[in-house]
Amino acid sequence: MKVKMLSRNPDNYVRETKLDLQRVPRNYDPTLHPFEVPREYVRALNATKLERVFAKPFLASLDGHRDGVNCLAKHPKNLATVLSGACDGEVRIWNLTQRNCIRTVQAHEGFVRGICTRFCGTSFFTVGDDKTVKQWKMDGPGYGEEEEPLHTILGKTVYTGIDHHWKEAVFATCGQQVDIWDEQRTNPICSMTWGFDSISSVKFNPVETFLLGSCASDRNIVLYDMRQATPLKKVILDMRTNTICWNPMEAFIFTAANEDYNLYTFDMRALDTPVMVHMDHVSAVLDVDYCPTGKEFVSASFDKSIRIFPVDKSRSREVYHTKRMQHVICVKWTSDSKYIMCGSDEMNIRLWKANASEKLGVLTSREKAAKDYNQKLKEKFQHYPHIKRIARHRHLPKSIYSQIQEQRIMKEARRRKEVNRIKHSKPGSVPIVSEKKKHIVAVVK
Amino acid sequence: VGEMETAPKSGRDVPPKKDKLQTKRRKPRRYWEEETVPTRDGASAGPPCNKKNRELRPQRRKNAHILKKSRISKKPQVPKKPREWKNPESQRSLSGVNPGPGSSPLPRSKAKTRSRLEVAEAEEEETSIKAARSELLLAEEPGFLEGEDGEDTAKICQADIVEAVDIASGAKHFDLNLRQFGPYRLNYSRTGRHLAFGGRRGHVAALDWVTKKLMCEINVMEAVRDIRFLHSEALLAVAQNRWLHIYDNQGIELHCIRRCDRVTRLEFLPFHFLLATASETGFLTYLDVSVGKIVAALNARAGRLDVMSQNPYNAVIHLGHSNGTVSLWSPAMKEPLAKILCHRGGVRAVAVDSTGTYMATSGLDHQLKIFDLRGTYQPLSTRTLPHGAGHLAFSQRGLLVAGMGDVVNIWAGQGKASPPSLEQPYLTHRLSGPVHGLQFCPFEDVLGVGHSGGITSMLVPGAGEPNFDGLESNPYRSRKQRQEWEVKALLEKVPAELICLDPRALAKVDVISLEQGKKERIERLGYDPEAKAPFQPKPKQKGRSSTASLVKRKRKVMDEEHRDKVRQSLQQQQQRHKEVKAKSTGAWPSALDRFVR
Repeated sequence: MKVKMLSRNPDNYVRETKLDLQRVPRNYDPTLHPFEVPREYVRALNATKLERVFAKPFLASLDGHRDGVNCLAKHPKNLATVLSGACDGEVRIWNLTQRNCIRTVQAHEGFVRGICTRFCGTSFFTVGDDKTVKQWKMDGPGYGEEEEPLHTILGKTVYTGIDHHWKEAVFATCGQQVDIWDEQRTNPICSMTWGFDSISSVKFNPVETFLLGSCASDRNIVLYDMRQATPLKKVILDMRTNTICWNPMEAFIFTAANEDYNLYTFDMRALDTPVMVHMDHVSAVLDVDYCPTGKEFVSASFDKSIRIFPVDKSRSREVYHTKRMQHVICVKWTSDSKYIMCGSDEMNIRLWKANASEKLGVLTSREKAAKDYNQKLKEKFQHYPHIKRIARHRHLPKSIYSQIQEQRIMKEARRRKEVNRIKHSKPGSVPIVSEKKKHIVAVVK
Repeated sequence: VGEMETAPKSGRDVPPKKDKLQTKRRKPRRYWEEETVPTRDGASAGPPCNKKNRELRPQRRKNAHILKKSRISKKPQVPKKPREWKNPESQRSLSGVNPGPGSSPLPRSKAKTRSRLEVAEAEEEETSIKAARSELLLAEEPGFLEGEDGEDTAKICQADIVEAVDIASGAKHFDLNLRQFGPYRLNYSRTGRHLAFGGRRGHVAALDWVTKKLMCEINVMEAVRDIRFLHSEALLAVAQNRWLHIYDNQGIELHCIRRCDRVTRLEFLPFHFLLATASETGFLTYLDVSVGKIVAALNARAGRLDVMSQNPYNAVIHLGHSNGTVSLWSPAMKEPLAKILCHRGGVRAVAVDSTGTYMATSGLDHQLKIFDLRGTYQPLSTRTLPHGAGHLAFSQRGLLVAGMGDVVNIWAGQGKASPPSLEQPYLTHRLSGPVHGLQFCPFEDVLGVGHSGGITSMLVPGAGEPNFDGLESNPYRSRKQRQEWEVKALLEKVPAELICLDPRALAKVDVISLEQGKKERIERLGYDPEAKAPFQPKPKQKGRSSTASLVKRKRKVMDEEHRDKVRQSLQQQQQRHKEVKAKSTGAWPSALDRFVR
């Protein structure tokens, strides 16, 4: 007779001293872990609920401006430094870690229309309603020195926007035309126009650095190549585009913030159909900025909220609002992709977390493992109705909520009319126009 | 995701997928692909970028691709995997900068879903391989008992085994002589560390049976019908003559649940925190012990219920009835999920093995049957026993024990996943009184038997799972660990509505509502947004595309599509024919065949 019994030595399973960690032997045999799907589902449900519980995105409000904040700029080398220009011509430089203002410059008379930093981070440029372009040093003046710009360029017309080249000492302004300036000269090296309307914003492509995009009030978006004397092509939309932003990761993708409450992501190779129409705002979209990863962007709207959209989704994943925040004029996503700043009408700059329920600070390895596991679970079960409902639920201020309802009714009525029209006409005579194509008037090369 | 999906299935010798990828042939370049080189000045060939659609292609390329596809559609179109990116031509990015990892934000939903699925599949494969590898790390080996050259193991008595094994294991065999309190029911806790038993005359006790430390001993002054530990050893449910009572490990009565009266059998579903009670009145009641509410009270409409067992794989309750059927119940349904006719007479005992594959039943017709629970519900093996078995139980490694009068017989199978073969018993043992309750101790080679003479703890080598999972049920856990586990277990309590025959049903695609949603969408929009657009030939080079040739091209594509459709339907027809033939080529058709669907 040969016999062996299970006989475990407790020393192998119990810790030796109280200072040791507990021993946890694992066996991944599925019969010892029954109900894996229902249990994972419940875990995912709990994780989703906790995510909503911990969603506290608002971090700080930076106050000090004496008029509405009109423009924001990031420091290219320093994560903590932010520049802002206000409607009374004042420019302030902020320290985000200390959450205070470190420098104040009375830059212009009238609005500061645009502000941008040089790629090296040593100086910044502002344009204002007083028809000047000014270059300022990033560091404040020494003791006894006057606060003076490094250079001042007097122009003939009002400049409405400015952007600096990402690698060279060249910047672009817009107003009645798009001007390309060399930093050393007082005259533009190149001026480009297409039509005769005022251009509201100009942006350099961060990847393909010679490309520019601008949007004008005659409803078009124009693309330029700095090396050519004439613009490349333009697309005309239904309504005016307020600003555009290039995708920092994909050279040919840009997103336009439009007055018709939508954002349009274009592929510059095929302007006739936008890649995606992002709809959720209930008022004009005023500003847009990409996440450095190029997967998401944030948009600021006249409806007193900011929204975060994934690039490939037409609906926003997040909406931020507070009771005190008024029309949001400018928004920026910080270079570490973790925070969002927005400047609004009521003179404040607000700092938000990009991921509302994220825990700030250093995570222990167990916390990180738990976070990753929960993230994966949420991803896996995201389409289950109960989980989807909890994950999507957002509280909205009454004004936005009722606006959404109203617009839903309007859209439904339009759609019904369209369906009826198709139904009662000769088949094929009423073309079906997709939502993407609906808003594009023409593409001109 | 995590540890739950690491089923070790045939993962060891799966060839890595990459080989297939690399051996895939490069597509020949077409004349129109010459133009895919970007004409912009700033564009230069950069380092290979692992993106599918980053390259700056003129719009024409896409159309050309469609054209090409539709031309070579000789066979029914199988969704091709997007493997173009192996082609070095398409690895050119606009500026030569690698835009970093990650999927493309361009909306190509189907390709994206497919690639996501591929990634998920690869992950699953990897985890299954890892899980299979981790089997090497398991520390303990299962026990066994082998007779020397043809010696019958059933002849080996407990005393021999105790003599042959080490002292610690030998100490696991003991008898509790409790003759005056009548036949005993017993239950081991989920970790296998604690034992609770209750006698017909009201004697209830709980002890740590390994160290023989008594936790509590009381007399409830009432007949005890059944006893069961709840999720941990701190709570004890006792079915007494009138009502259901819950005691803690000190023997203090915590609850008396009057809504569960005249309970005959108890089962605890640990992942749902449900205590299922079968009563004399014919009701099956589910009590949620975490909130103290009755989740469902189901009338089985089959008279007195006194045969009950749970399927540990899917938490379905099996009830045996006096008309020979076994019915399967879930709290979500008022009707049984299934009814299986098992015996000619009444059913005396039911047991389900830990994988949920086999069910053993014994009836008044003196038969012991093993059923397959994987959809067919057919008996796999049958054996007639001289007196019939009154109690049945499965061990973690698939051993089956039957209590027949004062004898217990144990049968073993080939391995863990095979049914026990009923020809030769593995072990037998005679007790000092008729058997009243049976249970294998989890994670130990021990069988506990309650009988009229008390409690006997038998040694059954090879019964218990040798390697426990420390996070699931740990016999060596400390108090702190138990508290931690309890919180976690309560947090992931599975809702009672999710109990169904297939516990993985939740992970399946809900095709019905998907199609319903699609239909509704089409109705709402007035057209099908996902319908394939009719082929529109693009004009070729200047002067080459007359109207006639355009029409001809269009015609050609349409014809090809039509031919494809016809070919597919023909194939399907042939297949159907074959199936019908294969069915009919059996024996002679019998008159009863008309009833076979």
